[in-house]
Amino acid sequence: MAPPADARLQLETARLTALYGRRAVVKDVSILFPAHTVTALIGPSGCGKTTFLRCLNRMHELSEGGWITGKVLLHGEDIYDPGIDAVQLRRRVGMVFQRPTPFPTMSIYDNVAAGLRVNGSRPRAEIDAAVEGALRRAALWDEVKDRLRQSALALSGGQQQRLCVARGLAREPEVLLLDEPTASLDPTGTQRIEELLHELKTRYTIVIVTHNLQQAARVSDYTGFFYLGELVELGRTEELFTKPTKHQTEAYITGRFG
Amino acid sequence: MSVHRWRRRLVSGTMTTLVGVLSFVAVLALLLILGHLVAKGASSLDWSFFTRNPVPAGASGGGVANAIVGTAIVVGLAALIGLPIGIGTGLYLAEYGSGRLGWVVRFVADVLNGTPSIVVGIFAWTWLVKPMGHFSALAGSVALAVLMVPMLARTTEEMVRLVPHSLREAALALGYARWRTSLRIVARTALAGIVTGALVGIARVAGETAPLLFTALGNLNFSTSVLQPMQTLSLQIYVYATGPFEEWHRMAWAAALVLMGLVLILALAARWALRSRYGAAR
Repeated sequence: MAPPADARLQLETARLTALYGRRAVVKDVSILFPAHTVTALIGPSGCGKTTFLRCLNRMHELSEGGWITGKVLLHGEDIYDPGIDAVQLRRRVGMVFQRPTPFPTMSIYDNVAAGLRVNGSRPRAEIDAAVEGALRRAALWDEVKDRLRQSALALSGGQQQRLCVARGLAREPEVLLLDEPTASLDPTGTQRIEELLHELKTRYTIVIVTHNLQQAARVSDYTGFFYLGELVELGRTEELFTKPTKHQTEAYITGRFG
Repeated sequence: MSVHRWRRRLVSGTMTTLVGVLSFVAVLALLLILGHLVAKGASSLDWSFFTRNPVPAGASGGGVANAIVGTAIVVGLAALIGLPIGIGTGLYLAEYGSGRLGWVVRFVADVLNGTPSIVVGIFAWTWLVKPMGHFSALAGSVALAVLMVPMLARTTEEMVRLVPHSLREAALALGYARWRTSLRIVARTALAGIVTGALVGIARVAGETAPLLFTALGNLNFSTSVLQPMQTLSLQIYVYATGPFEEWHRMAWAAALVLMGLVLILALAARWALRSRYGAAR
């Protein structure tokens, strides 16, 4: 069940419960995310996997009535500790959303640089280098290097999503959260993002929420199955898909419900 | 089956024709006004109409230079006062106005929006003209600003609310603080709409006459001091149109044409300035 003990631990939740008002949508979930791995979270709609993801960078508390109990530890430090600034934290934990969200008033370059300029001004050359680096890591550089000053809206949906990945990477986060990043993409765009994840996990710890079971099987090292707000089962991806221990997991991955 | 289809086509056709006719009527009214203004006023327009001040009744010639400059000053000052307050209020309402205070501000803005402009004029007269002891352009500008604020607040709020929630989340997830998200991402994305709203607000008050009657008052001479009475095109039109002289009536038409032209230029200028660098603006 648990990841091997030798993997360096990066991110961990301890008895995390997420609520809207008095309604708990994530219940008592404890997961370890080892460094430089991809963990996929699967489960039927409304099972709480997206809410769980949003607790990891403190976005959940921005929703109306959103609050949590339990702990989320990044390098052993509770990110919900009163001494932690949520805004600063979100710079260490990047997030990519279901639909591409390029800033429409900004050029391709400015979109990637947006996160960098948050902390006052930096030397131009430094920003240039960071933008190029992030676009390269997001496998977008070759497609946009000649039109960095154009509107980000001129890109295709798949390119926009990789731009959003680049925007998240430019700040060199430690963790990258992806909330169904390929849900609105065509097969080609999906494939590019999936290939990208293999590259990125050498540098980042990745948590991906997905509705696509094949995708979870293709890209992840570990998979967690959520149902009705609870973590039913967590394990190595190939084991969870071939030999699930819980009958609910088996029913879901064989398509009997969900 | 075919009866249904026939009926559907008939209803569809009728409705399309109906809305077409209605839009034509709406546009027709505008065209008639503009056509009438040109027909009645264009003949009185010449260079001196723009460069000379009014001459005494009975004398021929003269222009409305003082009123054109006065309109620019009074409306410009009103915009200077009203735009920051109105747009700021709108931003507040859209971004933070979900609580009780937001409800109150919204309610007050709606009431103020429906307040007759002459009432606002009386307000400015009571609070500015009376204490100062004399009429002034400043009092007129304040009255116009008060009219602009609720309009701007509500349109700005609408425009900001149109910005998708996902953009806001994307900025927050990137480590933007709330205020920075509001200004750098949300307000900037809504900018085209906000500027359009500001423009409509300015155009609306540029033609206001009632609140200026006992604030800016009017002035036969050329004046640029905001602490003195000042002429505006709307006041000039009012005086000329209600006067007994044929010459004045022609001048009133011409002044109305100029006022309409100024508003049109303002609208075009804003459109031009807002042409997005990326051609994505509307």
